[in-house]
Amino acid sequence: MSVHLLLDGVSRSFDGYKAINDLSLAVDKGELRAVIGPNGAGKTTMMDIITGKTRPDSGGVWWNQTVDLTRIDEAGSARLGIGRKFQKPTVFETHSVEENIALSLKAERSVLATLFHRQTAAEAARITELLELVRLEGDRHRPAADLSHGQKQWLEIGMLLAQDPELLLVDEPAAGMTDAETMRTAELLRSLAGKHTVIVVEHDMDFVRALDCRVTVLHQGHVLTEGSLDHVSANPEVIEVYLGR
Amino acid sequence: MTSLIDRRMGIFLAGLFVLTVAVPIGNLAFEGKVVPSYIVSLLGKYLCYALLAVALDLVWGFCGILSLGHGAFFALGGYAMGMHLMREIGDRGVYANPDLPDFMVFLSWDQLPWFWMGFDNFWFASLMVMLVPGALAFLFGWFAFRSRVTGVYLSIITQAMTYALQLAFFRNEMGFGGNNGLTDFKDVLGFPLQSDATRAGLFVCTAIALAAGLLIARAITTSKLGMILVCIRDAESRTRFMGYRVEGYKLFIFVVSAMMAGVAGALYTPQVGIINPGEFSPANSIEIVIWVALGGRGTLVGAALGAILVALAKTLFTGWFPEFWLFALGGLFILVTLFLPKGVLGLIEDTFARKKKPAPALQEAKA
Ligand SMILES: Nc1ncnc2c1ncn2[C@@H]1O[C@H](COP(=O)(O)OP(=O)(O)O)[C@@H](O)[C@H]1O
Ligand SMILES: [Mg+2]
Repeated sequence: MSVHLLLDGVSRSFDGYKAINDLSLAVDKGELRAVIGPNGAGKTTMMDIITGKTRPDSGGVWWNQTVDLTRIDEAGSARLGIGRKFQKPTVFETHSVEENIALSLKAERSVLATLFHRQTAAEAARITELLELVRLEGDRHRPAADLSHGQKQWLEIGMLLAQDPELLLVDEPAAGMTDAETMRTAELLRSLAGKHTVIVVEHDMDFVRALDCRVTVLHQGHVLTEGSLDHVSANPEVIEVYLGR
Repeated sequence: MTSLIDRRMGIFLAGLFVLTVAVPIGNLAFEGKVVPSYIVSLLGKYLCYALLAVALDLVWGFCGILSLGHGAFFALGGYAMGMHLMREIGDRGVYANPDLPDFMVFLSWDQLPWFWMGFDNFWFASLMVMLVPGALAFLFGWFAFRSRVTGVYLSIITQAMTYALQLAFFRNEMGFGGNNGLTDFKDVLGFPLQSDATRAGLFVCTAIALAAGLLIARAITTSKLGMILVCIRDAESRTRFMGYRVEGYKLFIFVVSAMMAGVAGALYTPQVGIINPGEFSPANSIEIVIWVALGGRGTLVGAALGAILVALAKTLFTGWFPEFWLFALGGLFILVTLFLPKGVLGLIEDTFARKKKPAPALQEAKA
């Protein structure tokens, strides 16, 4: 299998504090990968670097082994096929649930194309399909602001899927969800792997167990260890910095 | 999809249509006894302000760009039209110089500066009315939006832009008539500006421009692009991660808005009879923001209504107590921001909605 995303010795500091410190990580095409680590370990910052929001001080970030992601901005990374779900769910509150999905759909992103855009039947069908998948079909005409925290998480997952990205970066998706919803999210993400590459950041150990995938443990901006969940949870260093607390 | 002409737009356009028919008839058919001539030009001026307010609402109400320099685009449009009107004076000026406007003769210039070339032609001038403000907005937006200048910082530099232009236009050497500006116009396209028929014609043109401006703005804001503008307003960073190049969208709407403001300025100059650097004053630009906030931000029709209401209030108020106008305006603004977050239009619509559907408490009491 080919490496889809490669972080090669990436470092980035904020006011002297090394949020990311010589971080190397390779994720294969179609892989599902969980990234765990205590608060402040640099998980979100890592996603910021992959999506061009934050530039690394040193090191390389490679897409498909050819494209240098450190030279690309947020919109550029999205256009390459990198979709992102944020830790704090961010949906467009004044737009309806349906419009949130419609605006995320994979389509031409230029000013002129959107000015003259007319929704096609295929797009309408895809919107309905996605709304059913995230169980928001009944709320499609409500403003997104009216949704509960958990529903917003689902809407954002729907928006992410609407983009049909090659790589999904999912930051703490289970926050604010019930146990049943958490399991359903894990199931959904597993079903996406293979066709998509998925990187999930999460704190919830039951959730990570349900993902049943390779786990990377991040600590102080550096990879502590990598392997199956059982393997990493047996590592004394990991127990000390994270699991043992 | 949302319809182009919703209820509020329909009602406003119907009202505007009635005004467009009634005002000229009331003036021309009754020799100014029903609608005096000065009222025609005054109403025309209000409609110019309304179009300017719609332009600002496009960028501020829908895209969150609080421009405090829109008066500059309006003034540039006004100057472009004013330059044509100066050329149309020909040799009927005080110095009777067929080649140069009076102020240039006074400065002992012996030839027309290059940037006055072409303004003899009405259509060239009409093009410049949109192109000059559009080009300035493009240049300004290109640098500001690419460097991701937003919020208060953007507002401050727009304010600085209009102030810098005001200082520049005050200078005689700039070639725009210095602090006197451009005035003493005689006619437009051969029609004398002092005649009632011309004034009525200009009024009708302004009403048509306002209707067209509203419809264009509505078409843009109900399109997919319009929805993306709102995304940018509410969560700019998130919009980028969806693959939209925010700079491009901002630049587009800023340029469209500046052109619309330019048209408003061009219609203003012949009806008021003068354009001078005062139009660039920072306070003017702030007043536009007040119109929009007062009428109802992000509603287009509300912005137009706000401009007309404030302009009307200003006319009445400055007649009664001229010294207190600015205090009254400031007070009004504070009241609206505190008590009417959706502006006057929101108040009107809420009142009607309540009348149609009795409040739940009332229904319970009846049951
Ligand atoms: N833009 C920024 N400016 C300053 N400090 C930042 C910035 N982004 C992240 N950090 C710091 O980097 C560290 C890692 O944060 P983060 O990546 O959010 O951790 P995690 O997501 O693993 O909890 C934190 O100490 C945070 O304060
Ligand atoms: Mg985080």
